Amino acid sequence: MRDHKVLSVRTVVAIGIGTAILFILKRFAVIPTGIANTNIDISYGFLGFIATLFGPVAGFFIGFLGHALNDFTQYGQPWWTWVFTTGLVGMVIGLFWKRFNIEAGNFGTKKIIAFNVLQVITNVVSWSLIAPTLDIIIYSEPANKVYVQGIVSAISNSIATGVIGTILLVAYAATRTRSGSLKKES
Amino acid sequence: MNSLFGYDPKDTWLHRLTGATKMLAFLGISVIVMASYDTRFVCAVMLASIILFAQAKIRWHQISLVVKIITIFAVVNLLLVFVFSPQYGVGLYGSKHVLLNAGYFTITQEQLFYELNLALKYIVTVPLALIFLITTNPSEFAASLNKLHVSYRISYSVALALRYIPDVQANFRQISLAQQARGYELSRKAKLFQRLKGMGQILMPLIFTSLDRIDQISQAMELRRFGTGKRRTWYMDQPLRTPDWLVLVGVVVIILVGLVLFKVNGGRFYNPFR
Repeated sequence: MRDHKVLSVRTVVAIGIGTAILFILKRFAVIPTGIANTNIDISYGFLGFIATLFGPVAGFFIGFLGHALNDFTQYGQPWWTWVFTTGLVGMVIGLFWKRFNIEAGNFGTKKIIAFNVLQVITNVVSWSLIAPTLDIIIYSEPANKVYVQGIVSAISNSIATGVIGTILLVAYAATRTRSGSLKKES
Repeated sequence: MNSLFGYDPKDTWLHRLTGATKMLAFLGISVIVMASYDTRFVCAVMLASIILFAQAKIRWHQISLVVKIITIFAVVNLLLVFVFSPQYGVGLYGSKHVLLNAGYFTITQEQLFYELNLALKYIVTVPLALIFLITTNPSEFAASLNKLHVSYRISYSVALALRYIPDVQANFRQISLAQQARGYELSRKAKLFQRLKGMGQILMPLIFTSLDRIDQISQAMELRRFGTGKRRTWYMDQPLRTPDWLVLVGVVVIILVGLVLFKVNGGRFYNPFR
């Protein structure tokens, strides 16, 4: 497989299929927590997983396109600030894909902890700082309302990414052949 | 072909516009009404988009669900804004006309006016978005993106996404039914943790079959030498015609009016209390 381009054929396809999956998950796999207007959105777990698998470019576009398409078909207008933030989350998590090197087939305790530290920091900064601040600047909404909404989604998105993302990564790593698992017979 | 998007092939002038025109028009209008808090301007745009909407020959049942969801979303948001900052409008418009004295929840004309503006902004682009969704062929849309100088790889990703959404949806449904047949409770009756776990049981097979699919499709595309050329042509490509240019000129005029109003109002907000 040729990987020297930013957008290899595989990345192009991953963006397409990933966007489709993210869209469907946002539509059908949202679990209400019982608190009004607060859902655990499974799709963020998937975003963390796919970004770690295919890298920052794929992460950004899958998040951005999937969220935009969903808003567009569900609300009639994309809520651009949050759409952009979803893309950003995908990109930042994707930046570390070479580090995790999931294709090498091991995703042990150390990597699990590293992934979760990364995703919690990314989610908290993105949802409780970036998204609400953009809301205030662009949509001129009251600050305390958007910050509360932001903090709530920071928590629920961290949970979704932590639980679903970790499970998916561990399961995926288990299907890869471990690098260096073959020994030379003496 | 694509029930979620509700593309409905008909032959009105809106259907004949290229996807590129409709997308540019939508983006242009949505950015300017997002920035402007001039009630008169937003109302005028709203009126114009409703007139267009009537011309697209869209039926009520095609849009009733969307309208319901948007109404709920708008009402919840407006209430939240009021609960969190009942005096936000007073700060914005710099005056205070009390309608109802109730301590923290004192209702002022300014707040009501601000929330009216918010409500308008939530719904103003909805008719346009619906026109866009219902009158644009997904394949033609992907070709249009490329015409707008979006890289053809990304355009192709969008085309793939639109093409595979119905497939992934069918897949999701199948797996969900299979897991329920095996006795996993996924409905509202199950507890939160159980539902999370149940979701995992759908996600696993869905995502792993999709990963296989990614490999298959990308191999097929490589065999057809996708990505070797600098450009690519599109079967559904459509040239821009006179009506397209007229629409684009119209959009530019609307944006200019919006910008002039910024100057007239001395900022984003139209202030009737001054």
